[in-house]
Amino acid sequence: MTQVLDPPVKSAPLVSGAERTARRRAVLEWIAVHSLGVAAALFFTLPFVFVFLTSLMSDSQALSRDLVPHTWEWGNYKTVLDTPGFLTWWRNTSLYAGLGTVLTVVSSVPVAYALAKFRFRGRNLSLMLVISMMMLPPQVVVIPMYLFWAKQLGLSGTLWPLIVPMAFGDAFSVFLLRQFLMTIPNEYLDAARVDGCGDLRTLLRVVLPMAKPGIAAVALFQFFYAWNDYFGPQIYASENPGAWTLSYGLESFKGAHHTDWNLTMAATVLVMAPVILVFFFAQKAFVEGVTLTGVKG
Amino acid sequence: MTTATLAARRRRSALRTLAFMSPWLIGFSVFFAYPLISTVYFSFMHYDGFRPPQWSGGKNWTYVFEHYPLFWPALRNTLWLVVVTVSLRVVFGLGIGLLITRIKTGTGVFRTLFYLPYLAPPVAATMAFAFLLNPGTGPVDSILEKTGLPAPGWFNDPAWSKPALTLLALWGVGDLMVVFMAALLDVPTEQYEAAQLDGASAWQRFRYVTLPNISPIVMFAVVTGVIQTMQYYTQPLVAGKVASGVIQGAGTQFEPGYPDKSTLTLPQLVYNLGFQRFDYGSACVVALVLFALSMAFTALLMRRRGGLIQAGD
Repeated sequence: MTQVLDPPVKSAPLVSGAERTARRRAVLEWIAVHSLGVAAALFFTLPFVFVFLTSLMSDSQALSRDLVPHTWEWGNYKTVLDTPGFLTWWRNTSLYAGLGTVLTVVSSVPVAYALAKFRFRGRNLSLMLVISMMMLPPQVVVIPMYLFWAKQLGLSGTLWPLIVPMAFGDAFSVFLLRQFLMTIPNEYLDAARVDGCGDLRTLLRVVLPMAKPGIAAVALFQFFYAWNDYFGPQIYASENPGAWTLSYGLESFKGAHHTDWNLTMAATVLVMAPVILVFFFAQKAFVEGVTLTGVKG
Repeated sequence: MTTATLAARRRRSALRTLAFMSPWLIGFSVFFAYPLISTVYFSFMHYDGFRPPQWSGGKNWTYVFEHYPLFWPALRNTLWLVVVTVSLRVVFGLGIGLLITRIKTGTGVFRTLFYLPYLAPPVAATMAFAFLLNPGTGPVDSILEKTGLPAPGWFNDPAWSKPALTLLALWGVGDLMVVFMAALLDVPTEQYEAAQLDGASAWQRFRYVTLPNISPIVMFAVVTGVIQTMQYYTQPLVAGKVASGVIQGAGTQFEPGYPDKSTLTLPQLVYNLGFQRFDYGSACVVALVLFALSMAFTALLMRRRGGLIQAGD
């Protein structure tokens, strides 16, 4: 990760004067690069800083142009947590994200394994369909899906229409896991077969332990997806505030406190915080996952 | 081996494949194939969700293309976002990727700081930017005014709402940074050394060594960027709602696109037609337009040799 693009040539120059110039140029480059780095870091972090500072302002100061709180109102966070509904949204989001993640991993691993390691007719076609599903905006199929869940099964006003499909293989997770399983050498699978392992045993005993980083990445992506999802809850849960998630409820919180930027920003911090905490604990798996697939759509 | 056992083995192997693939086969049929066919069906029906669907021929199609006032603005906005936002994001992501590969002190800290905004939940991030760029009390305009620069109306000004969304998209450039960083570190060092021996300037090294090596990744970033733009929903919708002051609840209906249709995107039209106007048929027409556009660009992605996504192997 610390590899340098063009390492300064140290051995070539014979004259000490040239060497000094080279070294001075290296120092100047270091300063230039790191100043740019600090400028970029400010661009990426200042929004968080302003949001956090505003979340600690008093009601009247939040309407002023001040950047730093005069009095530090930590009680804002208590006010947000005491808002009727907020803890319910928290619980719903955890259910959606937690259960959804478990179901996704359990249902996607065997599919990804088959796509990566079995030879069968229609494998490439299946993979292309997986990629197509992955790239498909959820809005494309939402009308029939809504009619199916709401009119035929009567499940609108709940999060089940969002959770249940995750038990049937999520396209993005299948694709990411397949990319990861491709890197496992076939010799391991052959060895397991020689030892008399069936397919399921091979998957559970040999492949799964080696696929842990891939599974971790998939679980994280799926958790974040559910945590961040706005469109899904808007379609299926909007009519019943008892089923709202944090991402959806946050907006109505703004509506109820339309001039209280301090409370809205405190709520914003509370929605962002878990995601950022999870990231710090699992940074490596996450970055690996991003590198493996590019971008989560 | 006799033919009987061979056939038995083949059947077993097919059954095994079927068993492992079954979750996705069900998922594909129930949550993709069936609703897609159904969307085509409904696009030719008049259906409001209460009375039974009625055949209406091409009426929904002519309505969407000729009379629905939000369709063309949404398509124009999408084009704007593809041309401006996607290219800026790719250039900026590449720049940040180049920067992070050259930073030698505190690399890990810088990388984390650059990456973090990408993770911010879209609703929360949009809410944060609606506050930061809020013309009345937002810190950005306060600072701009103090330094004597013009302070735009951002999400409240039709001319500035898309630039404001672009700023939000640039803030969350962490995904591209990681992708470009990995690509840049894969460029063979010998090529740089050879170029340096030939006396190539920094720009020449970038132009003739770096760019050719990473061009598949640049292409990948552009195409996935376009596909993401087709799905662009939460940020423009929430930005419009917050800036207009109209939020859900208490029977209020938010006409998307505030200010002046400038933040409309195609996915918002599906919601507007289907769930606000209860015109499921026309909503399905827009959904199919969205489908055609997404699939066209996905095909481009899969045909690229050397890109990150390859179906065959």
